[in-house]
Amino acid sequence: MRSKAKICTEENKKTEALLKVKDLSLSFIQYASGLRQTELKVISDLSIEAYSGKILAVVGSSGSGKSLLAHAILGILPSNAILNGRIEYDGKELTQEKKEEIRGKEIALVPQSTTYLDPLMRVSNQVIGCVEKENEGLMKKVQREIFQKYDLKPNVERMFPHELSGGMTRRVLVSTAVISSAKLVIADEPTPGLDEKTLNETLNYFKDMANKGCAVIIITHDIEAALKISDKIAVFYAGTVLEVANVEDFKNNGENLRHPYTRALWNALPQNKFQAIKGHQPMQDEVTDGCIFYERCSKKNVLCSKGIPQFKDVNGGVVRCNNVS
Amino acid sequence: MKIFDIIHNIYIQDKIGLLYNRHIGGNNVLDNEKIVSFAGKKLLRLMSLLVVVCFVSFMLIQYSPIDPVRAYIGEMTVSAEHKVMLEEYWGVNTPPQEKFLNWAGNILKGDFGVSLIYRIPVIDVIKERSAASFTLMAVSWLISGILGFTLGIIAGIKKGTWIDRAIKTYCYTLAATPTFWLALVLLMVFSVYLGWFPIGLGVPIGVTAGNVTLFDKVQHLILPAVTLSLLGVAQIAMFTREKLIEVMSSDYVLFAKARGEKELDLVLRHGIRNVALPAITLQFLGFSELFGGAVLVEQVFSYPGIGQAAVAAGLRSDVPLLLGIVIISALFVFFGNLIADIIYEFVDPRIKQQEATL
Amino acid sequence: MSTAVVTVNRGVFRGLNLRQKTLLMIGLTSLLLLTIVVSSVSLGEESLQTDFSSKNLSPSTEHPFGTDWMGRDMFIRTVKGLGLSIMIGAFASTISTILAVILGLLSSAGKTADSFVSWIVDLFLSIPHLLLIILISIGMGGGATGVIIGVAFSHWTGLTRVVRVEIKQIKTQEYIHISRNLGKSRWWIATKHIFPHLIPQILLGTILMFPHAILHEASVTFLGFGLSPHEPAIGIILSESMKYLSAGYWWLAFFPGLSLLIVVLAFDMIGDNLGKLIDPKKAHE
Repeated sequence: MRSKAKICTEENKKTEALLKVKDLSLSFIQYASGLRQTELKVISDLSIEAYSGKILAVVGSSGSGKSLLAHAILGILPSNAILNGRIEYDGKELTQEKKEEIRGKEIALVPQSTTYLDPLMRVSNQVIGCVEKENEGLMKKVQREIFQKYDLKPNVERMFPHELSGGMTRRVLVSTAVISSAKLVIADEPTPGLDEKTLNETLNYFKDMANKGCAVIIITHDIEAALKISDKIAVFYAGTVLEVANVEDFKNNGENLRHPYTRALWNALPQNKFQAIKGHQPMQDEVTDGCIFYERCSKKNVLCSKGIPQFKDVNGGVVRCNNVS
Repeated sequence: MKIFDIIHNIYIQDKIGLLYNRHIGGNNVLDNEKIVSFAGKKLLRLMSLLVVVCFVSFMLIQYSPIDPVRAYIGEMTVSAEHKVMLEEYWGVNTPPQEKFLNWAGNILKGDFGVSLIYRIPVIDVIKERSAASFTLMAVSWLISGILGFTLGIIAGIKKGTWIDRAIKTYCYTLAATPTFWLALVLLMVFSVYLGWFPIGLGVPIGVTAGNVTLFDKVQHLILPAVTLSLLGVAQIAMFTREKLIEVMSSDYVLFAKARGEKELDLVLRHGIRNVALPAITLQFLGFSELFGGAVLVEQVFSYPGIGQAAVAAGLRSDVPLLLGIVIISALFVFFGNLIADIIYEFVDPRIKQQEATL
Repeated sequence: MSTAVVTVNRGVFRGLNLRQKTLLMIGLTSLLLLTIVVSSVSLGEESLQTDFSSKNLSPSTEHPFGTDWMGRDMFIRTVKGLGLSIMIGAFASTISTILAVILGLLSSAGKTADSFVSWIVDLFLSIPHLLLIILISIGMGGGATGVIIGVAFSHWTGLTRVVRVEIKQIKTQEYIHISRNLGKSRWWIATKHIFPHLIPQILLGTILMFPHAILHEASVTFLGFGLSPHEPAIGIILSESMKYLSAGYWWLAFFPGLSLLIVVLAFDMIGDNLGKLIDPKKAHE
């Protein structure tokens, strides 16, 4: 009996997502000039799932609030943030207390730039992080191994962040996640302005992590980079996810893609049609009644202006659009 | 008095901005070369400032409508011949240009002249008085720095709570408190009412200098030092608080938090590390206010320091002494600014980081 | 999660939002200061009649701040002193602001002008404030003129820096470049684009200068370099009180000084709240 139940849950685990984000909404209370209080909505009804051993890329244009998704999962939002919705980790609800308990241990963040390193602290101390005295020696050894693996010379240990080159900074930031042996790694914009070689190198680090059984979420604006290594792509637009597609769907003219916006993104790439899409993303304070993409959509109909479309399962992906069946 | 207000914050930012600008392109310069050019610039600046300060101060006093002899005599009545003698002694009838050249020439030779009211060389008055003032200022500077930094850190950690509000209220109130009034209140409570401390004078009356014990000195030092320390706390505490809040909302603290570091770890590992240097720098930039505070406190407690001498010299038109003190105080302020600059240019690695990103 | 909402509605003015609270604070403190100035002006000389039958009285309902060695009511003396201090502070701050704006504008005229202005700023900061005011006051022959000019000449440096930085920032803005490319004159750009941005900063700078000016006036007068002993100034009252300290007449010093503290605090509060209105980022604290 007992062993059967165990097998069951283990099987479940394999197919169940490690992290489930369901209908997540995030807004900020702000003071505008003259101290008028306003509420700014940055994420609305967002849902994604991350599986162990797989890479999920969240792709969206810069400055659309993607990073805040990572901060929400880790529970490091500022105090004037209001978070709604449900986040599940390993089958259990991820409350703020739980986040505080497991962040840095089971969930690791790979930040985007050198500003995330303390400018006055030597690199090795930052990679090791805050550990108890008796574990320090052990962690030091682990850190050296990781540095060696990532081709960081021993003298890098004693450097300050400003002394690191761009590529070194990348590797140091990745090391901080590797040393934690986390089950879920969230990389926030890990490839900003890198040259081809460093870019591929960095992407391979994440592929490695996934191969070792980690669930990896890469948050990026670079759809090409995302396509190189991801298993699934979530398309982020104006604070929500419009479509989650499999990486194989991105081919030819994008006829397998479900949402008009995803297709437009794909066709905007230089190696495809290089067609830009008209219009701009709605601002965070613009209120729309219907589909968020309504203004720019070429296939819109009357139904689209009334109510936000619900998620639909289509061909092994999900999409928020009325015109797909 | 309230340097932590907006004006000063911008001043500091401005200062940092200037330093950064100066650094552009200077990346490859050898450290030695950098030090030499830094020292050269500072020396030049000091010289030009001192020359102008001397000239302007001298002219201000020289062309003052206040009759120096009258000011010296005060309420006393003196005979006509005596007054003529005094005028001679004060040099009233010598033309100002000649006087200035004489005085400036002597200054260059290291001769500050003779104090008119103490009737000993100005340099001796300054030496003796400075020693007393230095103890007072050093003690208050240290206490206010340590206490202010600690309070600032606590307020920053407990931001928004009643502890933070209490510390903020304390600082705001002290920043608005007239220095001399606080000195008067402490004097009334501890010396007059409780009788714990003597009412004035650096040493007991009627005791020769040789017989003054260390205990006497300390006893006379406590109240003035407490007054100055209490007032100095405000600016450093508010600055530290704001800086800590800034650091705690930085990317790197956010990341450390994401890696599971707890509140206290964050403050100890990242907060204090990043706040300490700017706070120490500010404390050095505060030499000017410290001197001003010392003048008032010494006056109330009749503490025989350089501030009290300055007031006496000013009130009784002791021109050589007053000018001597002006020069010394300018050097003192310059020295504080110099240390602050050195911290920025040579100690703080963040300056180098800025260079790298520029 | 919604901590911000909670902080907004805590405290004495429950039910008001932060904007209303801030405006209310500014209104109330301004009213207090205005009352002091008006009553100090309207109180004539006769209200300070000497009355030797009631000298050195400790505080009572009739004389809330007590009386001095000539039987004058300390409350009235204090109010008159505060009014005088505020007026001198206002006068000195105004002169200082004008100086600051002129020099700030001058510094943005060119590189040489800029280094000249920063040299002047350094010069004025090179000796301690208090000593500088004393020197200028002596140079001007003491009295009210001496103090006003002394305070005015020693407080402009901070605001000059603000103006300078502010202009620098505005100049790098896109719309200035566009205006310049459109062939607008320098004067047009200065009056239409730069000045409107500067005015709130200048106003705030002046108000924040007030408390410093008032405290420095009182300090210099206390030391004997400022207003003459015949004026009803707070500095004079306090330096007089020193003679009676050992006699235990604590009220002579305590209340006038405390009142000065409250006035200074009131100015600080107006300045801080105005600052919040101008720069809403500060309100998140």
